Amino acid sequence: MTKTSRDDMLARIRAAITKGNPHTVVDGRDVSYDMPADLDMATRVAQFAHRVEEYKAWVGQCRSADIATVIHARLVLRNAHTMVVPMDVPANWLTGDITYVRDNQLTRQEIAACAGVITGAAVGIAQTGTIVLDGGATQGRRMLTLLPDYHLCVVRASTIVTSVPQAFAHLGRIAPTPRPAYTFVSGPSATSDIELNRVEGVHGPRTLDVCIVTDW
Amino acid sequence: MKIALFITCFNDTIFPNTGKAVVEILERLGHEVIFPEAQTCCGQMHFNTGYQAEAMPIIRQFVHTFSAYDVVVSPSASCTGMVRDMYRLAAEVHHDMVLAEAVDQLAGRVYEFSELLVNRLQVVDVGAYYPHRVTYHPTCHSLRGIRVGDAPERLLRAVRGIDYVPLTSSSECCGFGGTFAVKNADTSMAMLGDKIRHILDTRAEVCVAADNSCLMHIGGALHRQRSGVRVAHLAEILVAQE
Amino acid sequence: MRKPESVIIDLSPHFEIGAKQALQNTQLRRNMGKATQTIRAKRAAVVDEMQEWESLRVAGQRIKDEVMRNLDTYLIQLEAAVQRAGGHVHWARDAREANQIVTQLIQRAGAQEIIKVKSLTTDEIRLNEALHVAGITAIETDLAELIIQLANEKSSHILVPAIHKNRAEIRALFQKAMNLPDLTDEPQQLAAAARRFLREKFMTVTVATSGANFAIAETGSVCVVESEGNGRMCLTMPDVLISVMGIEKILPRWDDLGVFMQLLPRSSTGERMNPYTTIWTGVHQGDGPREFHLVLLDNGRSDVLADRVGRQTLHCIRCSACINICPVYERTGGHAYGSVYPGPIGAILTPQLVGTAHASSLPYASSLCGACYDVCPVRINIPEVLVHLRGKVVAEKQATIQGTLAAENIGMKAIAQVFRHQTLYEAAQKSGQLAQHFFVTDGYIEQGPGPLASWTKMRDFPAMANQSFREWWRERKHNDKDKS
Repeated sequence: MTKTSRDDMLARIRAAITKGNPHTVVDGRDVSYDMPADLDMATRVAQFAHRVEEYKAWVGQCRSADIATVIHARLVLRNAHTMVVPMDVPANWLTGDITYVRDNQLTRQEIAACAGVITGAAVGIAQTGTIVLDGGATQGRRMLTLLPDYHLCVVRASTIVTSVPQAFAHLGRIAPTPRPAYTFVSGPSATSDIELNRVEGVHGPRTLDVCIVTDW
Repeated sequence: MKIALFITCFNDTIFPNTGKAVVEILERLGHEVIFPEAQTCCGQMHFNTGYQAEAMPIIRQFVHTFSAYDVVVSPSASCTGMVRDMYRLAAEVHHDMVLAEAVDQLAGRVYEFSELLVNRLQVVDVGAYYPHRVTYHPTCHSLRGIRVGDAPERLLRAVRGIDYVPLTSSSECCGFGGTFAVKNADTSMAMLGDKIRHILDTRAEVCVAADNSCLMHIGGALHRQRSGVRVAHLAEILVAQE
Repeated sequence: MRKPESVIIDLSPHFEIGAKQALQNTQLRRNMGKATQTIRAKRAAVVDEMQEWESLRVAGQRIKDEVMRNLDTYLIQLEAAVQRAGGHVHWARDAREANQIVTQLIQRAGAQEIIKVKSLTTDEIRLNEALHVAGITAIETDLAELIIQLANEKSSHILVPAIHKNRAEIRALFQKAMNLPDLTDEPQQLAAAARRFLREKFMTVTVATSGANFAIAETGSVCVVESEGNGRMCLTMPDVLISVMGIEKILPRWDDLGVFMQLLPRSSTGERMNPYTTIWTGVHQGDGPREFHLVLLDNGRSDVLADRVGRQTLHCIRCSACINICPVYERTGGHAYGSVYPGPIGAILTPQLVGTAHASSLPYASSLCGACYDVCPVRINIPEVLVHLRGKVVAEKQATIQGTLAAENIGMKAIAQVFRHQTLYEAAQKSGQLAQHFFVTDGYIEQGPGPLASWTKMRDFPAMANQSFREWWRERKHNDKDKS
């Protein structure tokens, strides 16, 4: 049945294309469009920080030597005593009297039992205050940043681009084979269905802390 | 300049004063107005209601009547929009490429009255005097169709003695929409209710627009409600003098 | 004319009747007015800050135009890429076939319960009902869809389906369905209740369905855009994922997402970016479902593709900007359209999917104000398509005896004859001037005869002038000639 349907559908589509092609010929392959002015690094970082903050996430900046200190301080402030961590997050990020659980094939219940998760990120987008996870170094699998209620994300300043198109172009260039799964995170989860009041945190981490590492 | 006037069927029949005002203003500015008497209608009512085969002869009649003129003016943004935006499509859909060619030649020469004055004739002050409180409703065709921009408002603000008050939420449709006003009368009236409210809030004596068709709808309700507010076409304000 | 196998409308809708009822619902009017005004303002703010917005709209239009010209090529490319990445691709000509495929996949997985990410496409084919017949329970996980499901109602907006419900109504629903008698109507509380209720499902249910916002032919990637996080749950937690996607949702290249992921969030929720977007490709080792199925759905789309003027309808990315700005929708709400797709996009998409004869009132559910065209991120000329579809409706009616004899048809044809000829036109003017005398008081007709009656029921009508413009013109010419 499936093969017949495929042939049928393709035949219908081909006939429809011929019948309904508009008169004017448009070449949509080389489509150019305006882009926002490219910002310098400092401005990018500032805009990124500002826009992430607007989504009601905490944003801080530090130098690479101080990552561990900042992380620990945030965990204490958030009262988060057990954090799940991808296998390849550097050990020297993780200090103090906190239980760090490495994701060595944890069950979903084990992940959900943790207060939060610590990861890095692939790319940041200044224009929209977006963090992109591609499952690469220090990021782990998707379930890790989905089940716990708190996500602490370390973003390298050098990976922050100005615009959305730049982010996609960059991700496209560095994409390994096979292509990974991507998660774009722009603030904590939200809904505005009930009388259009914005209510944070339906599913996924309701608390997001972002630490920008300025010299990395 | 020789300017051919397309009066439009409803202005011809119901609002001749609008046409008279256009003639007077253009003559005052030193132009010669021509009225090709073979004209009837632009075909919009039929075309937009779906009677497109029936509209074609009317469309051809218009193109035939006005092709000879370098400048055509109409005191109706909706009819101007019909010619400039829909005539080409109509010709294409009916596989009449000769007509399409003629439309391409003509369309750019057809102007709505306020855009003729401001953009083509470069005139904003036509020497009008009208000491009344006036507000302005930008009709959908003038705003989003042919995009006359702020031409009408600039013309109004240049009128001596005028007390001009902008309309709140002015870009919202009044609910006329041609046969929509009859086929979907309830929704049309719900939309009109808000437009009337905004007009009354301005405390204006007159509501002005570039289209008598929408003004028929707005004015019809203002009159039914005995609101003490009337409607007038832009040209009828601009023609007023001491 | 095609009889719809899958009915995405409830009956041949009579918009005017549904609208009349809805207009009198004061709560609906209030909710809709407030909601659409809020979304409009948010959209305007994030669009106005982008100087590149117009160029993005043009880019979006051109990319989609290219897709439609080469849809077969891109579908084949997508299929190959998905398969290379370990996914399966199924082709469904219509709703019945799609439902069959999905049902069988779920049965093969041995599941009797599935979780769903909101998908208009699955609403269109009435997947939930088909699954129910097969003894499979489909649980909606979007908060609004959950509300609609519990209320046993239909969605009234493509983005905010429960826009017509207020918090008191929602509390009542949750209290009953989730057994929470002490629940308050605070939005925070209501959301928290939904979260707990659904969490258990996310942790345990093994099969999920979704739709797709975009699919990239070049890479085989599928993209789902959302706010709440339930999408991520459905796309990540289960063993088996089935995505149902209209064939028009394809984009050619990965980089095209750079355009559409700017256009969509700003146009739909009025944000620079929505909270969560997931882009996956086939199956990923150790991360997410181990089995992925993509169901490509036609269900009338190839008919839309074949229509030179109507084809642009397929460019739609389901942002709802047109719905939020429409002055008709704002007042009537979505149910009056009797269709899964309401508002301006619904008025052009539904008649083309099910045949104009089965949705003949929808192309007329518009004053042609054009506000929708102005905000459409892919520049669909909705007024142009509406007028085009009205032409089809009229032509279809005229092909029937009933339609030929209808008063409107006779009247319009008569007027058209008059307007063709100057002499007939002027004669009609004259007789109108004479005939109206009986009805005119002080320059107005307040109770009009015949066709004027529907007008004058609600507002006055200006009387015809005693002297038409052309009569005045001739007289003037005559007087001038006399003078000279």
